[in-house]
Amino acid sequence: MSFRIISTGSAVPSRVVTNDELATFLDTSDQWITERTGVKERRVCVTETASGLGIEAGRRTLEAGNTRPEELDMIIAATVSGEYVSPGMACMIQAGLGATCPAMDVNAACSGFVFALDTAAGFFARGRVKKVLVVGAEQTSRIVDWTDRNTAVIFGDGAGACLLEAGDNYIESKLFSRGGADVIQIPTSIGVSPFFEGEQVKPLIHMKGQETFRFAVSVMAADIQEVLASAGIAQSEVAYVIPHQANVRIIDTAKKRLDIPAERFAVNLDKYGNTSAASIPMVLDGLNRDGKLTRGDILVISAFGGGLSSGACVIQW
Amino acid sequence: MVMEKLTKLLAAHLDTDPGEINAETTFESLGIDSLDTVEMVMELEEELGVELELNEKVATVGELAQFIEKKLGK
Repeated sequence: MSFRIISTGSAVPSRVVTNDELATFLDTSDQWITERTGVKERRVCVTETASGLGIEAGRRTLEAGNTRPEELDMIIAATVSGEYVSPGMACMIQAGLGATCPAMDVNAACSGFVFALDTAAGFFARGRVKKVLVVGAEQTSRIVDWTDRNTAVIFGDGAGACLLEAGDNYIESKLFSRGGADVIQIPTSIGVSPFFEGEQVKPLIHMKGQETFRFAVSVMAADIQEVLASAGIAQSEVAYVIPHQANVRIIDTAKKRLDIPAERFAVNLDKYGNTSAASIPMVLDGLNRDGKLTRGDILVISAFGGGLSSGACVIQW
Repeated sequence: MVMEKLTKLLAAHLDTDPGEINAETTFESLGIDSLDTVEMVMELEEELGVELELNEKVATVGELAQFIEKKLGK
């Protein structure tokens, strides 16, 4: 026993920031950003918050799934940019929705949503839950270094969620970690300790672009091949690949290494940028709302990010 | 040997004549950016069966060939 996805939902801040607007305070241009990343615009919080977006995405998901908050048995949230280290974002979402179930966060950076789905699958396998809400919600604008043109242009804010119920549609998965903070890191603040004598690294996103690209391309193609092979499903049978929306160049390079037609790779980063743990459920909700998914479709999800981490799974819609 | 492979790979990528590419050709003039370079290095790794951690900036085809040769211990 694992789960099936009953419904999806998403929420984004209303403020749109275009590449041209970034070029007014960063040494960059629409052409440079478009060619290197594929991002044309992103949403950025003005008064919204990560958990506020998570609550809204969760509310829409429950509504679409005709489910009341009290019916939930668990809320799992994935984020790296919540307003609080404690409480966990899932607790903020629980309170915002008026749910009564246990709630916890899973942190696997941009791979967080896939790790959260796999965590949920474990609770279903033990028969402990009937309905679980999994949410990815990010306010990356609070951890982006807005003076660094290499990273500031990539990220965006947003949230997405899936409502799961007991079923057999979570077919195969793979999680991977290669520990260390050398390639991607988001340090926390040292606070006001009068004793600390070490170096305070700015509590913002630090990323080595080329090494991230290299890691992402190799794990994405390999993870997709591996989960499909373990599931005994041919690449040609995949209806949609839902890749983490880090950079269109990563997706394009992974495409070349796979035998899945290019148009089956879902992309929304042109409009939303890299929304970290929220990217996968936001893309999924986009496909769902656009009526592109048919029950029975084989979906492959693939994510990668800080950790370094990667995760992939095969889900039957 | 490396220069030859690199030229072939570049020509195939860019759909141009290998004769157009020499050691002094800059990646910029070919319209190739840093991410393309990483991708090419990955392809070369697969072809040569070695790990090449590209950790320095290379501007020309010749510089990349030299870097790879150094990594190969030649």
